[in-house]
Amino acid sequence: MNLEEYKGVYVFAQQVDNEISGIALELLGKGKELAAKLETETVAVLIGYNVKGLADTLAEYGADKVIVVDDPELEVYRTEPYAHALSSVINEYKPEIVLVGATAIGRDLGPTVSARVATGLTADCTVLEIGDFPLNPIPGQEQKHNQLLMTRPAFGGNTIATIACPDNRPQMATVRPGVMQKIAPIAGAKANIIEYNPGFTPNNKYVTIKEVVKAVSDTIDIMDAKVLVSGGRGVGSAENFKILEDLAEVLGGTVSCSRAVVDNGWKPKDLQVGQTGKTVRPQIYFAIGISGAIQHVAGMEESDIIVAINKDETAPIFDVADYGVVGDLNKIVPQLTEALKAAKAEK
Amino acid sequence: MKIVVCIKQVPDTKGGVKFNPDGTLDRGAMLAIMNPDDKAGLEAALRLKDEYGAEVTVLTMGLPKAADVLREAIAMGADKGILVTDRVLGGADTWATSTTIAGALRNIDYDLIITGRQAIDGDTAQVGPQIAEHLGIPVISYAQDLKIDGDKVVVQRQYDDRYHVLEAKMPCLVTALSELNVPRYMTPGGIFDACAAEITTWGRADLKDVEDCNLGLKGSPTKIAKASDKVRKGAGEKIVPDSPEDGVAYIIGKFKEKHII
Repeated sequence: MNLEEYKGVYVFAQQVDNEISGIALELLGKGKELAAKLETETVAVLIGYNVKGLADTLAEYGADKVIVVDDPELEVYRTEPYAHALSSVINEYKPEIVLVGATAIGRDLGPTVSARVATGLTADCTVLEIGDFPLNPIPGQEQKHNQLLMTRPAFGGNTIATIACPDNRPQMATVRPGVMQKIAPIAGAKANIIEYNPGFTPNNKYVTIKEVVKAVSDTIDIMDAKVLVSGGRGVGSAENFKILEDLAEVLGGTVSCSRAVVDNGWKPKDLQVGQTGKTVRPQIYFAIGISGAIQHVAGMEESDIIVAINKDETAPIFDVADYGVVGDLNKIVPQLTEALKAAKAEK
Repeated sequence: MKIVVCIKQVPDTKGGVKFNPDGTLDRGAMLAIMNPDDKAGLEAALRLKDEYGAEVTVLTMGLPKAADVLREAIAMGADKGILVTDRVLGGADTWATSTTIAGALRNIDYDLIITGRQAIDGDTAQVGPQIAEHLGIPVISYAQDLKIDGDKVVVQRQYDDRYHVLEAKMPCLVTALSELNVPRYMTPGGIFDACAAEITTWGRADLKDVEDCNLGLKGSPTKIAKASDKVRKGAGEKIVPDSPEDGVAYIIGKFKEKHII
């Protein structure tokens, strides 16, 4: 493998129902920064059916070039045709870096593609940088420059590791949604659009979609919320989330939850914060009746201000909270809502 | 029907993570358990066995002590255990691990391979799909429901805001979510069987169609540049108010201080 042949930072521009996913724009923001350091281009790989119209949005968010793979087989995500599309693009255009969102799609597509093109893949990265590998020179070992250094949590967020892929190309990473920053869109920006179709012939690996069942949800994406009022097992019931909703409303925020709440069927999965849910970093995060298992903390600890309310004084959530109040959430939360309303009225 | 369930022995991060006095993770003090998603995958296999009749083989890769999770699986109802262990396989990343397991699976007849979605130590969710890719069979990840219909599997595949009902012809590979089911306990008879069961042990020489350059630390494309226990944000303030009113006043005071209100 001639590593020098591989150029460009490529981003898998995930779309669902012909709408660009937020993670695609976040990756373009990061990709642009990495490409500037490497003095190369940022390329979005847009895969789907009748998706060409989305290319301008990708340009506005930083793509220099958009490779569009458009085919009826790609209308709804399935592992095989998408893996064939992305790995064909990699084999044809030879990127040095490929970034994929660590979503329910990307965490399936990424490993399949990395195995197909025989390279490494680092999962769920939270930091991406360009640097040397090894980090410090080691006598007798070549130190390679301009490597992608990928940092990720492991052990449920208890440890962090920085990983490189020095001898294989492309260097591939999946990246946790909500961590990288989008750029401010450049209105009217245009990218060089390349249409590429490697041909799709169904084989044994094509699965059949019998049904698509969408969860009905009219709430906003918790990853975009400035204020999150998050409830855990301690809230006690689906009905009792009403007091959290009232608090969220007065602050212009929205309700999220811990895994236990989803497991109990009190709230849908798309409101779940944590290792197996979403990573959030609002300006204010209320953890109400949440014990603070490490898997939950991993998804919210970057919040600007964390307020915890819990009757258990020893709950680990107090180890990450800026302001912790030990007490009965059923009394404190409604009173807090009223006090905030009063404070607002004073203004 | 022949089902192979790939399982992993992991340190238990859920039952309380143990730290050393210096704040680093005390791995030695943590229990070794069967990875939860894998256990759900095993339970799914055992339910298919109960319903349709199936031979369930459990396979793991790890140190010799990883045989413990195979015995636990047999005590739950699995028929056979295979341990893949060899010094040259150590330090494997997901590419080298999936290459190794695929090399072992090529020795076995299977209709269905089940893995957990991800292990709680690495959290990568990569090894399942990569095994399928090496074997050239379809993969369905993130299964929240699994049924059999003739020579096909019918799976509810979870996404963030929806699920798809997917059908794949066997042989295929499915990765299981913990939400799939509640795993059964070991039975006294099963524990007796497990003690008596012979665990098949395979080493490097038993892997089929695998090149040395793709195994272990040397065969891993990803290399660790740096690893450290995470420095967490320290605790802030915590009060135990005399009344809910005092607690509310405290929060309001802090919000005013920070110009939030």
